[in-house]
Amino acid sequence: MSIAQESIITKPTRRRIKRTPYLLILPGIGWLFLFFIFPLSTLFATSLQKPAGISPDDGFLPAFKVSNYSSALVEYYPQFFRGFLYSGIATVICLLLAYPIAYYMAFRARKYRNLMLVLIVAPFFASFLLRTNAWKTILSGDGIVVGFLNSFNLLPQDRILNTSLAVVAGLTYNFLPFMILPLYTSLEKIDPRLIEAAGDLYSPPSQRFWKVVWPLSIPGVISGTLLTFIPASGDYINAELLGSIKDKMIGNVIQSQFIDLRDYPTASALSFTFMAIILVMIYLYIRRAGTDDLV
Amino acid sequence: MASNRPKVEDLHLVNLTKSFDDFKAVDNLSLTIPAGSFFALLGPSGCGKTTTLRMVAGLDEPTSGQIKLGPDDITNLPPYKRWVNTVFQSYALFPHLTIYENVAFGLRRQKAENIDDQVKAMLELVELTTQAQKKPQQLSGGQQQRVALARALINEPDVLLLDEPLGALDLKLRRQMQLELKRIQTEVGITFVHVTHDQEEAMTMADTIAVMNEGKIEQLGSPVQIYEHPKTVFVANFLGQTNLFEGTVAGIEGDELVVKVKDTTFYVPLATTDIRSGRIILGVRPEKVKIVDQGKTGLPKNQINGSIKLTAFVGVSTQYEVITNWGQEISAFEQNVDPTDLGRPGQAVTLAWEPRHSFVLNPDDDLSAGLDTSWDE
Amino acid sequence: MFIIKLIREKTLQVFSVLIIVYLMLPLAVIILLSFNKPKGRQNTSWNEFSLDAWTNICRDQTICRAFSTSIQIGLLVTIISTIIGTMISFALIRHRYRGRGTTSLLVFLPLATPEVILGASLLALFLNIFIPLGFWTILLAQITFTISFVVVVVNARLAGMDPKLEQAAMDLYATPLQTFRYITFPIALPGILAAALLSFSLSFDDFIVTTFNSGRIVTFPIYIWGAALRGIPPQVNVIASLMFLGSLLLILVASLISKNRRATKV
Repeated sequence: MSIAQESIITKPTRRRIKRTPYLLILPGIGWLFLFFIFPLSTLFATSLQKPAGISPDDGFLPAFKVSNYSSALVEYYPQFFRGFLYSGIATVICLLLAYPIAYYMAFRARKYRNLMLVLIVAPFFASFLLRTNAWKTILSGDGIVVGFLNSFNLLPQDRILNTSLAVVAGLTYNFLPFMILPLYTSLEKIDPRLIEAAGDLYSPPSQRFWKVVWPLSIPGVISGTLLTFIPASGDYINAELLGSIKDKMIGNVIQSQFIDLRDYPTASALSFTFMAIILVMIYLYIRRAGTDDLV
Repeated sequence: MASNRPKVEDLHLVNLTKSFDDFKAVDNLSLTIPAGSFFALLGPSGCGKTTTLRMVAGLDEPTSGQIKLGPDDITNLPPYKRWVNTVFQSYALFPHLTIYENVAFGLRRQKAENIDDQVKAMLELVELTTQAQKKPQQLSGGQQQRVALARALINEPDVLLLDEPLGALDLKLRRQMQLELKRIQTEVGITFVHVTHDQEEAMTMADTIAVMNEGKIEQLGSPVQIYEHPKTVFVANFLGQTNLFEGTVAGIEGDELVVKVKDTTFYVPLATTDIRSGRIILGVRPEKVKIVDQGKTGLPKNQINGSIKLTAFVGVSTQYEVITNWGQEISAFEQNVDPTDLGRPGQAVTLAWEPRHSFVLNPDDDLSAGLDTSWDE
Repeated sequence: MFIIKLIREKTLQVFSVLIIVYLMLPLAVIILLSFNKPKGRQNTSWNEFSLDAWTNICRDQTICRAFSTSIQIGLLVTIISTIIGTMISFALIRHRYRGRGTTSLLVFLPLATPEVILGASLLALFLNIFIPLGFWTILLAQITFTISFVVVVVNARLAGMDPKLEQAAMDLYATPLQTFRYITFPIALPGILAAALLSFSLSFDDFIVTTFNSGRIVTFPIYIWGAALRGIPPQVNVIASLMFLGSLLLILVASLISKNRRATKV
């Protein structure tokens, strides 16, 4: 997602109102209203419903039960916090890992560039669940990774699986390509002569990076961090497969409230709160980073 | 390239105006471009020349006014219904089509006959026969330029529009293409309307030049006319270098106007101006100015004394900057006949030129009009 | 100076290779375990080499049925969301109209919505208006979130396209429809294909949104999720390996063809 995208718009050549753009957006906008905006409003309505009986099978009645929100928040604030904490840490690690390789591909890799791109994209085609599950094998107690780290006493719990470390590592692994690709796209657009020019104008390498490359790659950094942080914060697969019961994130709560407990009002209230927090965070983040164009 | 369309028609622009919000890019422009001529719209960037061109092509719609091709009003015709073709500034060659298909594009849309023959003949004309199956990005800048030209010309339009067609080429290639374009235009006899900010390019190729500034035409005429007898300071400055003097009319002597500039007297033929009294701006091109040691006789009538500030040897000529006793800098170009005899800085000299080489400009013009535009590209 | 420079260059290179290795590691495990004969039900540690799974992929019918369901859904989702998304992208990049900002906000929002919420909100809708969950609800849900990705990818391609090309076509007697057919569409095609590929992979691999709206339908990811507790049979690894190697091959062949095409014409 290159969020900061320069769109080239031709000046209107006819004065009368054009029908074409409206015909073009009609199916898509209709679809998104029907299956995105409308469901979100049903979700909101559901979040205020009250139970009709004792069991979820009795159904729920329309109401204006705002306390669904307060009680959900009081009960599940640790999972909210954990969700944002884990995904935040994973996002930062992804950025640290992705930037050098994206930089390498953009400026140094030359003939290996396409091969590297292919290797970064291809894992998408092997099931994401299966790949996450494979980490269980790699990180298992009798595997080499744990054995190696344990021989230096680097693991406080003597294991990785079923710890918060495993969850963060899993999130990092799963969303790393979503960080690399937008970063690469924005770095690749930078004319290498700009870096040379900066060097010519007496900038040492570190300044060349911070004063030239980094500012020009900001659109990629924004896209990458959003593409990593948003799905990671709502993820429950990694916590489920790699973490312990104490590592549950907000995604796990929403999933189990909806699917297992069928407490729809609570689940909806949690979803809505979560969505609101995400949107506020994105808004603040984009405002601070100074991009207006969203898609 | 047979066509049974009627013969080429004159292009008329009538009170053409184009506004973007509150900015007038083209301001009530009226102009007739005779059929078969090579016409240049010359001006700095932002003067409205490209907008004018795009309106003729049908790519921009005029805010008001009319565009006529002969008797037909084409103002509201979409671009694909006008017998007008464009050579775009960056060529806009279709990257996914071969050179052959790029050139054939217009004919295919018109469902023409003998497309293959016509394309081959056209590729021959622009000397690209061997490149026919390549893609545009595999060609050099000069070759791409020729494809763009061929792609437009093959349709035998009534008018061919060229938007800074040589801007992306290097100097040597540009010179070569200028002569080439001129040759092709004479050969095919189509009206060429050429938009450029390069005054040399305009003068080399065009029969008629319209100098544009701020959406209006400053002056229209043949290259010789507008160079030798600019009507405004803008035109004088924009086309080559000029020495300008602010003075007042002191009287009339015979068929010459007498002009006082500081303590010096200049003469201008009466025929060049209607002004008979008051303030005046007098101009002379540097190559008309002779530079000699002070005290020489037998010189042209207009003379100033001064001292050399700078001497620059540029090969075909030597260019001098001379300071008058009131501190004005004057340029003089001497043809390079005997380079051992160069003037030295500080040397006292006399500058002299014939009265008929002077021209007179509107005294209310800004003396720097048209000067800083050389930075526009 | 030279040594420092060398170290810096090499560090970057080594680091990049390590990242690639990191990304490939689970795939190596998946491929390796596809040749395994697991001791118990759990296929998580190496036991014995076997070609059983490879020679008998569909022994458990449910695996292959789940796989074919996922392929069917994936293809339908790809076709529909690519068409709808490409249309939006053309409107956004090629036209200036009232409501353009709203369009782009509406396209952005699904990208900013975590999958659980997307899945949950659609579930809430389907429950409230009593639409039975199944194949069609999965399709609706997946198209909803793939449209935005299509728009983003096609936008990138279209934004890089010089609008003068279309003007030149119109200038050369092409009607608006012909301009689209001969110029705009062929040039946008690589972007549209990339978008289609992306939406297929998103659909094929989607678990979270799908599981909320699947009812009794079992897609390939849903099968894996269910099997994860009981033990994933090596056949699943075989299918995943085939998908991975197949896509790798496909991309490599495609890039070789385009490279050849370039090479022969220079």
